[in-house]
Amino acid sequence: MVDIQNLSKCFKVGNDDLWAIKNVSMHIDKGEIFGIIGLSGAGKSTLIRCLNRLEEPTEGRVIIDGTDITSLGKKELRTTRKNIGMIFQHFNLLMQKTTYENIALPLELIGASKKEIESRVNALLEYVGLEDKRNVYPSQLSGGQKQRVAIARALANNPKILLSDEATSALDPQTTKSILDLLSRIRDELGLTIIMITHQIEVVKDICDRVAIMENGEIVEISTVEELFKRPKSKTARAFINSLSSDIQEEFIKPAEFKGCILRLSFWGDIVKKPIVSHMVKRFDIDVNILSGNISQLMSTSAGHLIVELTGSDEEIQAAIDYLKAHDVEVEVM
Amino acid sequence: MLELLIPSLLQTLYMVFFSTLFSLILGFPMGILLVITEKGSIWEKPTLYRILDGIINILRSFPFLILMILLFPLSRLIVGKTIGTTATIVPLSIAAAPFVARVIESSLKEVDRGVIELGHSIGATVPQIIFKILIPEAMPSLIMGVTLTIINLIGYSAMAGAIGGGGLGDLAIRYGLYRFQTDVMVVSVIVIVLLVQGIQYTGNKLASKISKK
Ligand SMILES: Nc1ncnc2c1ncn2[C@@H]1O[C@H](COP(=O)(O)OP(=O)(O)OP(=O)(O)O)[C@@H](O)[C@H]1O
Ligand SMILES: [Mg+2]
Repeated sequence: MVDIQNLSKCFKVGNDDLWAIKNVSMHIDKGEIFGIIGLSGAGKSTLIRCLNRLEEPTEGRVIIDGTDITSLGKKELRTTRKNIGMIFQHFNLLMQKTTYENIALPLELIGASKKEIESRVNALLEYVGLEDKRNVYPSQLSGGQKQRVAIARALANNPKILLSDEATSALDPQTTKSILDLLSRIRDELGLTIIMITHQIEVVKDICDRVAIMENGEIVEISTVEELFKRPKSKTARAFINSLSSDIQEEFIKPAEFKGCILRLSFWGDIVKKPIVSHMVKRFDIDVNILSGNISQLMSTSAGHLIVELTGSDEEIQAAIDYLKAHDVEVEVM
Repeated sequence: MLELLIPSLLQTLYMVFFSTLFSLILGFPMGILLVITEKGSIWEKPTLYRILDGIINILRSFPFLILMILLFPLSRLIVGKTIGTTATIVPLSIAAAPFVARVIESSLKEVDRGVIELGHSIGATVPQIIFKILIPEAMPSLIMGVTLTIINLIGYSAMAGAIGGGGLGDLAIRYGLYRFQTDVMVVSVIVIVLLVQGIQYTGNKLASKISKK
């Protein structure tokens, strides 16, 4: 569906060349939700903007649905862009137009009749669940509702592809979920191919089929989301995954389901390197079962988190807890 | 007093109305051109931009009275005479046009780049971006700009009155300055002040009513 071949983009900054994307090649299948994740400044926006030539690629080719986008003249490019929907982080709604008028805009541009516009916009309003906001101006909508208007507008011309540049980055987690649900519904029901730029690993985890990791203008890893979480190859991928793991694993540990005493241990700095848990097992008559653990690299130090189950007599457990505390380990009984 | 005031007021309104109209007709397209031809804009034409920008700066730096006097021959060409209210509309319109161009330019520049980008992403042509996106989005600010233009033209027309244009400015000078009838002058000035206040108030109201931000 989308074939990116040796794509590069160079910005002139004063007298210097800044290669925002470097020799990127990838293939995205029809009906796929493809994520591109990377840190700020990695070149994600530049890459996605090259796909509909909001940014002119310096080198390489982009082939969408058999059409070489990079070789199109201005007029053909405009026609092709109507088949490529795009949504943005800050929605880019027209503030002086109602929900209805915003969604109608792409249809007006192609000279659709009033009646055609009316029926199409009404259908779209229903699809994104905003029938009751038909005549409301964007300033009266919430962030999530604004993005729904923007999505409806992007779908107006029945595009085959939807480009999303950080569409959920300005939204709270719950609204993000509802927008992601809408996007996967669009893929499932309308068969669109969706390319999503994000710096939120949650977005990738929730709806992407495959993901590319971008770093300094280069793609360092492309894999299925499952594979990425099982065996992340690049450092960036591992960092993204770790940022997620310390938060989610605790939710799955319910102390009531365990016989022993559940402890959450946190330690920083040099202690991370010492075999404290092993010493504890040798010293006290207890068993240790590790339920979850990770070490995150923070700005200037390392932080470790362990969730363990201790079994043994109450006295021995108490003694073990005191031992940990004496060694500067933060202990929390869950 | 009233029989002096009413015809002068009507002359002022006549001058201001038509010079606003014609200066908008001349200045509005120039303002649009300034915005779209600038580097990095939707119809980049750096040379055209520089020429336009230069002409407008030169015209704007002329003292208004001198520009008017220079433009009198043009009045003769267009309306057949150089004296009188109608004849004054020509130099007024031309003198105000560069001002209008700047006002329109700055209004249009306030429009968020994001919606222009949106225009490109849905395949809009340059005229479509101008008329379907830029102008509608800038409307409240454009109305404030037109208000400012009208008020400026009231001021200009009062000056034009002094060199044979008629109107309230002419009245104030003729009676106040030459015949020492200060009451006529004071009343004329009050009417001008009220006119300006009224237009500013209406402009503000209209702009805030139209603004959906
Ligand atoms: N128009 C431009 N002119 C010059 N440099 C640019 C331009 N646009 C982007 N860049 C540079 O290209 C690099 C990549 O920028 P880009 O916006 O693509 O990053 P990003 O991955 O989208 O980051 P973010 O997550 O912050 O949006 C950055 O170093 C940026 O400064
Ligand atoms: Mg970006």
